[in-house]
Amino acid sequence: MDIPIAGNAELTIKKSIVPDIIAMKPTDFKCLTPKLCVKEGDAVKAGSIVFVDKKRPEIGFASPCSGTVQAIVRGEKRKLLAILIKSDSETEYIDFGKKDVAKLSKEEAEKTLLESGLWAAVIQRPYGIIANPADTPKAIYISGFNSAPLAPDYNFTLKDETANLQTGVEVLRKFTKGNIVVSLKESNYATSPLYKLKDVVYYTFDGPHPAGNVGVQINNINPIAKGDIVWTVNPVMLAAIGKLFNNGIYDASRLVAITGMRAKERCYVKTLPGISMKQIAEFADEQEVVLYDAPSQIRYISGDILTGENVGKEGYLGFYSNQITLISEGNYREFFGWGKIARPRKFSLSKSYFSWLTPKKRYDMDTNLNGGKRAFVVTGLYEKVVPMDIYPVYLLKAILAEDIDKMEQLGIYEVIEEDFALCEYVCPSKIDVQNIISKGIDLMIKEMA
Amino acid sequence: MKGLLNIVNKLKPTFSKGGKFGWLHSTFDAFETFLFVPSTVTTKGAHVRDCVDLKRVMSVVVLALMPALAFGIWNVGEQHSIAFGLDMTFWQKVWFGFLKVLPLIIVSYVVGLGIEFASAQIRGHEVNEGFLVSGMIIPLIMPVDVPLWILALAVAFAVIIGKEIFGGTGMNIWNPALLARAFVFFAYPSKISGDTIWIEGLSAANQSQLADGFSGATPLAQLANGAQELVTTTGDHLSFMQMFIGNIPGAIGETSTIAILIGAVILIWTGVASWKIMISCVAGAVAVGLLINGIAAPGTYADYPVWQHLVMGGFAFGAVFMATDPVTSAQTERGKWIYGFLIGAMTIVIRVFNPGYPEGMMLAILLMNTFAPLIDYFVINSNIKKRAKRIAA
Repeated sequence: MDIPIAGNAELTIKKSIVPDIIAMKPTDFKCLTPKLCVKEGDAVKAGSIVFVDKKRPEIGFASPCSGTVQAIVRGEKRKLLAILIKSDSETEYIDFGKKDVAKLSKEEAEKTLLESGLWAAVIQRPYGIIANPADTPKAIYISGFNSAPLAPDYNFTLKDETANLQTGVEVLRKFTKGNIVVSLKESNYATSPLYKLKDVVYYTFDGPHPAGNVGVQINNINPIAKGDIVWTVNPVMLAAIGKLFNNGIYDASRLVAITGMRAKERCYVKTLPGISMKQIAEFADEQEVVLYDAPSQIRYISGDILTGENVGKEGYLGFYSNQITLISEGNYREFFGWGKIARPRKFSLSKSYFSWLTPKKRYDMDTNLNGGKRAFVVTGLYEKVVPMDIYPVYLLKAILAEDIDKMEQLGIYEVIEEDFALCEYVCPSKIDVQNIISKGIDLMIKEMA
Repeated sequence: MKGLLNIVNKLKPTFSKGGKFGWLHSTFDAFETFLFVPSTVTTKGAHVRDCVDLKRVMSVVVLALMPALAFGIWNVGEQHSIAFGLDMTFWQKVWFGFLKVLPLIIVSYVVGLGIEFASAQIRGHEVNEGFLVSGMIIPLIMPVDVPLWILALAVAFAVIIGKEIFGGTGMNIWNPALLARAFVFFAYPSKISGDTIWIEGLSAANQSQLADGFSGATPLAQLANGAQELVTTTGDHLSFMQMFIGNIPGAIGETSTIAILIGAVILIWTGVASWKIMISCVAGAVAVGLLINGIAAPGTYADYPVWQHLVMGGFAFGAVFMATDPVTSAQTERGKWIYGFLIGAMTIVIRVFNPGYPEGMMLAILLMNTFAPLIDYFVINSNIKKRAKRIAA
């Protein structure tokens, strides 16, 4: 299903935001234990490694800008939360040297990716964690469209990147003997900047979200079995890989969509991952909004409404995000909400309200949970929004029971959190489904290590 | 609304942990969330959520029960007036029925919700909405003459043994409403079987008060007793149409197939109950019924046309409102087809081959409730095998 939320970004680039402070957040990377390589006051360039994966120290994470390390933010138990880098006004790049990819060996390509911090762009399935350079994947999947609510349009954001995308594909080619699969949207595949790539296999997908989720696509093309490893790369990251080899620099700049009804100007901006939300404050609509007699603040989400992170007004854009969603907080009390015959301001997939009468309407959605948490009751709903050959409820139960064998048998290797995000949206018992999947994946990693 | 919200907010500290009535936290919470949707916002995962919640889902089911309830109320008056030869207007019948049915509903809700609140309190949970539906279904599947204390006992049994000991709504194995009926059936059989209990006042009346030639036997009971032709309570021919409309003796809400079908449309349209279970339930009954019709000797119960079974007794009510209970039915989509089919099939088998108990629906559903997890197990296993094959390949 497509959640009919209002607030799409207009296809115009309003400005380039030169970052003031950049945050690098180890928490953007699933299951990562970071090891810091810099200290406060150090000077860094774009492409300098700031921290590495403690378990696999060859995987580095690089600063997207040049500047000085201003602060190292730690949380409970000294957990590393963020490294704040004060950005120079002119970016200085580390020169990795332009490469002729055709002549490059796998080892050289691997080394360049690891040193430049772009290895983090390569995600492995199962589990959705950063790939292991030692593995040889069965195939590499790239979803060429994003079907998430209010998602940026790659046909717009990547339209000038075809050459870089092609180079990216050629780099990935070195790592697998299998296919590099690009999935495009049935309705407009011909206009996609990924349509004319060489050396890839195309599939087209049709239908509402989660058709654009790479996990759903893999499940429909060639499901992951136990022992299989495939990699996935997001097209924005693919373009960055291309830029690295074409231009010899780590250029993480990207077009970021500013979406949601609490943004007064919905548009695209060119900027870097890790920018501060304060710098996009000018796009937020600070006018006071009152929902059901209660004043409503703005929620700043790095990403989309299903899988994004609530970073707050003081927060920073995530490493993989190319979307910021600004929506209203729903901390109000609606009188007799569940008992009203119709709630014209709210949307429901269920026909127990009347939003099915207005299929074209877009809603100004907020973050209210719309009910209390309950035991699981209504069946058959999750299956409707998980277009995979998987029984979602039984997989979730296996995870709750911490039954490793059952989780394996029911397909834990084939899913990550985002594939179940819609279950969470539709659930009348308000169960935190993504969190359960996340726990299941953590458990698998721990048990299989 | 604002004034009310202020009162609620003012009272809240008293009922929160540490407050004077802190131990009544769950109860307060139930009333509070009844009036106002909680202000909870999403913390993990998806930032926006569908506006449907369990309260809404349950209220849709209660709404779907209303046609059957309304018809049942009228029918109580109607049957009474026929039995005693009284000349009552439409509204007199409705009022008469209302006065008889209302106490049953009140007792059911008061006892059931009382236990629900108490157990939520003990567990420190929020009160679950499940009983809003069970509490309405239970009176509808009882004979109107059932003594209130028996009803209260049955409800208590259903809620405590049927639900709470398993962990509350969502965890139970058997449909609580059916357990209530089964409890009455096995503990007080004279109150739920026989020819006199289905019509208000009949069991206490003496023959002279009744209309001439009157018999309160339900169509199912007549068949079980070997009747060749079904008759109305006054001895006339009983048509399919009359059973379809439902002005016949029976449990309060189960007689009118047409009122139940209106409920079914609501449930299917809103997606609250599974149409697969309803359809396959009818299919199961028809399939087995035709088979039995085919091999039956003429004139026996088994020869009785199967399509008549669909409008008799509790078949329609059970198929629409009780077999479809999402908690106790099969949970996989393929499992639902099998589950429903077997309920329909079992109902006819029990009705035809077990003359001691004319109503097969209750036992068929309870039996399949028991087997639903097994059905799901096989469905899930086929998925597991498919996955295992992929590894082998």
